[in-house]
Amino acid sequence: MSTRYAILMAGLAAVVAVLFVASLLIGPAAIGLGDSLAALFRGEGEMVTLVMREVRLPRAILGVLVGAALGLSGAAMQGLLRNPLAEPGLIGTSASAALGAVISIQTGLSVAFVWALPAAALLGALISVGLILLLAGSRGTTLTIILAGIGISALAGALTSLVLNLSPNPFAASEIMFWMMGSLADRSMVHVGIAAPLIVLGGLITLSRARALDALTLGEDAAASMGVNIRALRLWLIVGTAALVGAATAVAGAIGFVGLVVPHLLRRAVGARPARLLPASALGGGAVVLAADIAVRLIAPDRDLKLGVLTAIVGAPFFLHLILRTRRDAA
Amino acid sequence: MSALLTLNDLTVRRGECPVVDRVSFAVQPGEIIGLLGPNGAGKTTLMRGALGLLAHEGHSSLTDLAPGPRARQAAFLPQEREIAWPMPAEDVVALGRMAHGGNRAGDQAAIERAIERMGLEVLRHRPATQLSGGEQARVLIARALAQESPVLIADEPTAGLDPAAQIAVMEVFARHAQEGGAVVASLHDLGLAARHCTRLIMLERGRVVADGTPQEVLTDANLARVFRIRAHIEWRADGPIFQALSVISP
Repeated sequence: MSTRYAILMAGLAAVVAVLFVASLLIGPAAIGLGDSLAALFRGEGEMVTLVMREVRLPRAILGVLVGAALGLSGAAMQGLLRNPLAEPGLIGTSASAALGAVISIQTGLSVAFVWALPAAALLGALISVGLILLLAGSRGTTLTIILAGIGISALAGALTSLVLNLSPNPFAASEIMFWMMGSLADRSMVHVGIAAPLIVLGGLITLSRARALDALTLGEDAAASMGVNIRALRLWLIVGTAALVGAATAVAGAIGFVGLVVPHLLRRAVGARPARLLPASALGGGAVVLAADIAVRLIAPDRDLKLGVLTAIVGAPFFLHLILRTRRDAA
Repeated sequence: MSALLTLNDLTVRRGECPVVDRVSFAVQPGEIIGLLGPNGAGKTTLMRGALGLLAHEGHSSLTDLAPGPRARQAAFLPQEREIAWPMPAEDVVALGRMAHGGNRAGDQAAIERAIERMGLEVLRHRPATQLSGGEQARVLIARALAQESPVLIADEPTAGLDPAAQIAVMEVFARHAQEGGAVVASLHDLGLAARHCTRLIMLERGRVVADGTPQEVLTDANLARVFRIRAHIEWRADGPIFQALSVISP
């Protein structure tokens, strides 16, 4: 079992590595295979080097980071709620981060400063965490967290609609619509710089709770009697997930279904243990987002097909299939 | 010998109303204590309060300990048999080692002992969620055994088990007690309690109304007052035989 897990993790890491390189090689600028990789490490100033370092490298790095954040947070939420239908957006962070981003587009701040949109999104995420801790707080139960998350998501969604509704500028409105579809196109190292520290921090927080999530498999009372502090577990996982999802949404917009489907796909392979599912889902999420981001560039090179649209179109039917499979198992 | 668990005036309130009302007793090594009482008497609440899972007044020796040492002193088997994920049965049993941290060699030995005691060898690689209810119950008991804590607190451990499995569980408890541990288990099967427990504690509306050997506790008067039943008990040399006969109308 342990060796099987090691092989799985090594396999997933290899897939991520291959897709990362593939992501570097694909783009509208026709650059030879060897040239493009060599250009990453060559001197300054050349066009090829510029394209590789400033356009494709950040895109590939963000693909890994955003995917890992979504996969990891999805696995963490499913573990915390002991429910395979839980997903990263559950605690309201993604909707709130989107609201922050939408406001920054609407007010024109996002045009003035490249960091304004992600910063506004992170502010939105932070406010949502504050709200959920206030509502579900230290005395709340898991049910309170779910309900608070639904409420916060609904409120943020309504406010986003309000911004769109009142938008006097059709261009801003269409920009908002396109941003909300989720994409990794035209991102820079500034975005990497914003997202990376938060995703690493959120990842460390989440992974440090792995053993407690294993114990939670047997219910809150059993886990508590085995020495798990349930309250602290909930708080840390909310904070960790918010950092992961907030950072991912801030730089990539809403990318659905990755956090829901990836843990599902890998659950059997890791023997259903939440502690093992966390790192596996991080790698799996990275692979799926990299693959999807390559696919949008290959399918419609000239149409700017949005990443979030693709993940939803592929993810939703797949999810329905998983529900059918779950139903068969239960019968 | 010093007590493994001491409760002093333990009180758990729901709102103003005490659900467990000034309960005191000490659990000695070697004891198998059956907690008896009708539904709503406060058995589950008493156990959860003693473990520090509920806010309480009074004192439980377990809550003096930090969560880690507490888990090494007492294992808890909740009534809800929850296994959220299709983990192999042996991995569920292995969760019992959580409280002990690192030491992997000792862990494996404890897991093997628990699997052997509960007779789970043939089930160990099966996903626990696909087992029958009774099999899941045995897996979860093995998890609590693997924790190797001296005190084992079990909430209706025999509910839903077939007769052979019920007796097997009580015999596993007896072995745990012989080895210097103690068991506190809530039981609805008074016959099982009479035969297999060394001591019975009877609860009524949160209060201890009787505490002693099965013969001292399972009296006609106590059964009539607390359970509102009439029963036939034969105290034979090879163990008591208990049969509930009829409900006493108020």
